[in-house]
Amino acid sequence: MNRGPLIFLGIFFALAFSWTGVVLTNQIQFGSLTPFYDQNDGKTYPEKRSGLAERGRLVYQDLGCLYCHSQQVRRPGFGADTERGWGDRQSVARDYVNDKRVYLGTMRTGPDLRNIGARQPSADWHYLHLFDPRLTSPGSIMAPFGFLYEYRKVLGERSPKALKLPADYARRRGLDQPGYELVPTPRAEALVAYLLSLKDTYDFPEAKPYVPKTGGGAK
Amino acid sequence: MANAQTLAASLNPATSPDTVARAELREIDASARWPVIIFLVSGLIWLLIGTGFALISSIKLHTPDFLGDYQWLTFGRARTAHLNSVIYGWSTNVAFAVAFWLMARLSRAKLRHGGLLIVAACFWNLGVTIGVIGILAGDSTSIEWLEIPPYATPLLFVAYALVGVWAIITFRFRKSEHVYVSQWYLLAALFWFPWLYSVAQIMLIFEPARGTVQALVNWWFAHNVLGLWFTPIGLAAAYYFIPKVLGKPIHSYYLSVLGFWSLAIFYNWAGVHHLIGGPVPAWVISAGIAASIMMVIPVVVTAINHHFTMVGSFGALRSSPTLRFVVFGAVNYTLVSLTGSAMAIRGFNEVTHFTHFTVAHAHQGMYAFFTMVMFGSVYYIMPRLLLKEWPSATLIRTHFWATAIGITFYWVELSIGGWIQGTEMNNASIPFIDVVQHTIPYLFLRSVSGIVITIGHVAFAINVVWMLFARRPAGATAPTLFHPPAALQPTPAR
Repeated sequence: MNRGPLIFLGIFFALAFSWTGVVLTNQIQFGSLTPFYDQNDGKTYPEKRSGLAERGRLVYQDLGCLYCHSQQVRRPGFGADTERGWGDRQSVARDYVNDKRVYLGTMRTGPDLRNIGARQPSADWHYLHLFDPRLTSPGSIMAPFGFLYEYRKVLGERSPKALKLPADYARRRGLDQPGYELVPTPRAEALVAYLLSLKDTYDFPEAKPYVPKTGGGAK
Repeated sequence: MANAQTLAASLNPATSPDTVARAELREIDASARWPVIIFLVSGLIWLLIGTGFALISSIKLHTPDFLGDYQWLTFGRARTAHLNSVIYGWSTNVAFAVAFWLMARLSRAKLRHGGLLIVAACFWNLGVTIGVIGILAGDSTSIEWLEIPPYATPLLFVAYALVGVWAIITFRFRKSEHVYVSQWYLLAALFWFPWLYSVAQIMLIFEPARGTVQALVNWWFAHNVLGLWFTPIGLAAAYYFIPKVLGKPIHSYYLSVLGFWSLAIFYNWAGVHHLIGGPVPAWVISAGIAASIMMVIPVVVTAINHHFTMVGSFGALRSSPTLRFVVFGAVNYTLVSLTGSAMAIRGFNEVTHFTHFTVAHAHQGMYAFFTMVMFGSVYYIMPRLLLKEWPSATLIRTHFWATAIGITFYWVELSIGGWIQGTEMNNASIPFIDVVQHTIPYLFLRSVSGIVITIGHVAFAINVVWMLFARRPAGATAPTLFHPPAALQPTPAR
């Protein structure tokens, strides 16, 4: 093998082969997949995210949440995703068509979040959990995100979003001064809005829930 | 190699009968001195930085409140800074350095336009620095292996373009008629990486594809950075240094041809195995699995070639630092690749996907194989560039044993932890929090092995800095070896 151009051609076609197969063919096959219009509901699924949730997506991205949390539910029988309640059905390509960036993830140091908005719909829970994961989930090894909160003097009325910390915890952390409150910053609010927007609780013709529940369909 | 020397001659240039060829090589080495040294030293700095981020992120996984108040060092950012420092900082810098030196040596041509490479080094390291700071500041793209923010990537691209142009020029001016197997790997790697990188940048960041096509592009890129960039450079070095140090030809020329082309064809489809079970077409996953299994061919062929060249010469491992590191890497290449093929099988993947098993696997590939081969190469190249010997054999020994034991322990214990994590995760009757709790001892042991590896890196750094500033001795010198080999005892130099 001493001919430079011949080696080069081989090298070129080797990568061209997979570029065509993995990248180009799939782009042609489902790169222009569209949302699904459900005539019964008169709605298009997946639904568009609100502006606040879209900003939260960027917080999710900048903090690197996807390095511990996946966003994909595998089919029943392959892993225990549905048995763990991470979703009623497997995730399909159409679920992601509105996501500007797809965070499928490759790691489950923590649980899957594709349907966290349906599994844990309480914003208060998320605020506490993000502030200190051990508050809501003892034994968790998730990073604390105290820097997304502000400990400030109450001006006028207490904020309705102020965290309701357990008394002994607040005392231990020195967060119990009278006239002060711990509130989420706009970034925390956006992040929680994003987490709550994560729910694929609708059907596509190609993706029905694994165990049809009575009155199934879109919840 | 065709021009095989005896073991003694290859270890000690001063005793070579082939003085004309030696003088030519010395000229080539001199022409490569500054570009290669600059890439090596910047690589070393990144290695230390990356090791620091590695320890921080590792400790955070079992002690989550460690440095928990610092947004810049939250796990998702520190871990990403670690990855980018070691991949684009350390590994790519050292890969460039080794590739340039090998290319010049194998082309038997002086390294031309070294200035181009020095400019490239500046652009590259500036790009990585801005990139890593950007990640810490919160501008990460959160696309695995492509986290460097878009404002830093043009710098990387300019650097790479300069390197590519240089490589083609050097190859065109080659004097040797024979193109050795290492050169195929180098040429291919230098050509493949910019293609992968530009397609991924365009389809993921500048003009993002819709939906999960992104995931396919992502893993086509990310796995190919390993398979078509680091692996070829690592194999090129192993193919060069094993026969070179032993002074005997590679086991089989035909196997090396087969190994190269089968790697070129199969590896680039394999990345899809990161999406098994994911929301992408089943056919492309099946193709990815098939390609991953087919990787057994190039791996076994390369293993035969590397390991059979070693047969009968294992004694040399006692004395040569280069050989010891490179052979450790080559053995791990065989192991990590066969494990990788197994991990692509659906039943196996069902357990290992989404677990620390994959993390252990990735470190075996990037560290136990690639980085160790690069360490070995650096031990060979630096004395020839600087015309000085390594100041301390003890530091080399510390480096070898700390990194070898550290990474082996890392791989073994985290694989076990990851496997347990995977089997428990697939059993829905075990609460998720228990699965998490059961991984903590293994995550703790990972930090311990990280500290051991760090000791090795510090020893390496001290030796490099010491060497750089040591006075150049007058006259011929003998190489720094672990033990003086029997063959070298009676040479005139001693």
